[in-house]
Amino acid sequence: MSIFIDCDTRLLVQGITGRDGSFHARQMIEYGTQVVGGVTPGKGGQKFDGKVPIFNTVEQAVRETGVNSTVIYVPPMFAADAMMEAADAGIPFIVCITEGVPVLDMTKVYPFVREKGARLLGPNCPGLISPGMSKVGIIPGGICKPGPIGLVSRSGTLTYEVVFQMTRADMGQTTCVGIGGDPINGTNFIDCLAAFEADPQTKAVVMIGEIGGTDEQEAAVFVKKNMTKPVVGFIAGQTAPPGRRMGHAGAIISGSAGTAAEKMEAFEANGIGVAKRPIDVVELLRNR
Amino acid sequence: MNIHEYQAKEIFRAAGIPIPPGDVATTPAEAESIARKFGGTVVVKAQVHAGGRGKAGGVKLAKTPDEAREVAERILALTIKGLPVKKVLVTPAADIATEAYTGVIVDRASKRAVFMVSPAGGIDIEEVAAKTPEKILRHSVDPRYGLQTYEAMQLGFFLYSDVKQARAAAKIMQQLYSAFISSGGSLAEINPLVTTPAGVVVALDAKMVIDDNELDRRPEIAALRDESSEDPSEVDARNANLTFIKLDGNVGCVVNGAGLAMATMDLVKYYGGDPANFLDIGGSSNPEKVVAALRIITSDPSVKAILFNIFGGITRTDDVANGIVTATKLNPLKVPIVIRLTGTNEETALKILQENSFSAMTDMDEAVKKAVALATGGKAA
Repeated sequence: MSIFIDCDTRLLVQGITGRDGSFHARQMIEYGTQVVGGVTPGKGGQKFDGKVPIFNTVEQAVRETGVNSTVIYVPPMFAADAMMEAADAGIPFIVCITEGVPVLDMTKVYPFVREKGARLLGPNCPGLISPGMSKVGIIPGGICKPGPIGLVSRSGTLTYEVVFQMTRADMGQTTCVGIGGDPINGTNFIDCLAAFEADPQTKAVVMIGEIGGTDEQEAAVFVKKNMTKPVVGFIAGQTAPPGRRMGHAGAIISGSAGTAAEKMEAFEANGIGVAKRPIDVVELLRNR
Repeated sequence: MNIHEYQAKEIFRAAGIPIPPGDVATTPAEAESIARKFGGTVVVKAQVHAGGRGKAGGVKLAKTPDEAREVAERILALTIKGLPVKKVLVTPAADIATEAYTGVIVDRASKRAVFMVSPAGGIDIEEVAAKTPEKILRHSVDPRYGLQTYEAMQLGFFLYSDVKQARAAAKIMQQLYSAFISSGGSLAEINPLVTTPAGVVVALDAKMVIDDNELDRRPEIAALRDESSEDPSEVDARNANLTFIKLDGNVGCVVNGAGLAMATMDLVKYYGGDPANFLDIGGSSNPEKVVAALRIITSDPSVKAILFNIFGGITRTDDVANGIVTATKLNPLKVPIVIRLTGTNEETALKILQENSFSAMTDMDEAVKKAVALATGGKAA
């Protein structure tokens, strides 16, 4: 089928009346996602576009609509609170699109969300899409098509680039997941790889990483140990200088750790096909 | 955001950490009068956002006020790792019995603030970690409770066997943690933490890096930014809400999204060129951002060709096209430009560009090859 979201996803949009929230709520509805409610404090009782009920709090929205997922488009200083509010209200799947969440906030949010038993995707991520079924977040629906490939990435537009090239080559996707570019995020590569391994429709997986940290290296070891499906990968930032934050808060080479070369070696060593260019992903998939 | 040693010391002092006095000078004469005020031998330290200050000649002892003036004159003339030294910190020289390292960072693996302490201080801690990892103790802090006294004491006893010194160090670590949290730090470091011959524990150096995402809610910390000590083009980019990092190559890159921007740089290299920069115009781009991006890139004389790589999602490619047209009317380009756009409103964008006699491509690899060839005079790839 897909991972994390499908036709049964009943979505809440936190920040539904904001600039980004309203734009993307419409895009998601247009794609076919069941958007069953929105939250904007002070606008409870109103309707978004005359259709979607708005609530003052997440707790109310959960009680009255039976949502099972939420997506957050609130400004960075309020995002931590929004994630915790969603977890506390019992929503099992929380996607935070917001970029610029202070990392010290995330040191509190991460354990809180886990204790509540919820899965958090993001922050600072494009969300995810199960083509033909549902999209949660901001990935353009038009570049995807249903098919047998799972994709997981730390990036936004680079993901679009790779998905677009796959779709052009007639390689559709089960689910495309953007886990986000922040140093502390709720869902990592391994979580997604495990979900793709368990999903019977997914036949192969594409993994797009970048410089900074050791998530890709750990994921590579996981692939060798636990995955039967072929995995191919690309790492961005081969020309990035050490010590500089390359846009994403998590994309920084510290000392000699977290370089693209190190990650590509880890891929090679664990049987993951390494694409030198984004377009090479297509060729590697074809050969597996 | 980086802050200077003297600024970090002010934050640490306010948290109660014992730090010897010191004043900042911007001229040799000021350095001399500060040295006279303190009397005795002083240390003159370059205030610059670069590591390895000592090796670069940016930290010197001066026995007399006259010598302090001379030393300051030399240091203020230095450029360390491309950054000019505009300020020096003048502080009394301390007698040192032992040197230790104490730091706290946000650790992505444990997803917590993590303390690192080592009795092998005064040198590069990454070197200690690589060569003698047993000399480092790491301890992650539960954000709900902060650094408890017993935890701080464990760290203190790792540095000192004397209970008074361990207790003093433990207190400093709790103060360091509170300074770190209340300033929104991503790193706070004392290297070295020293003991004097009399056995007193004091912090001789201070370093702090602030999480950029904290600055909106901490105006007093944001005010510490010293734009005179940053690369001017990076300051310009930040004020235009762009993420820009200058590199050494000759292909200027304008891209939307950090991952795609890195991949574009990599592809430039792959096809035999060298990227001149990392530049992310971000998601909801308006034409003004594109104007600013072109201004910044063309101000670098080593740029021989400009490459736009835009994958329209939230970014509307017609906005980018309008920006290119506006910017080049304002400041006609002196170097060739290669434009690759695809995605949201692509047809409108291509029409706008054609009407203004720009050609555009839709394939990333082809666009990069062309830009590299133009930058290297038609020879490459």
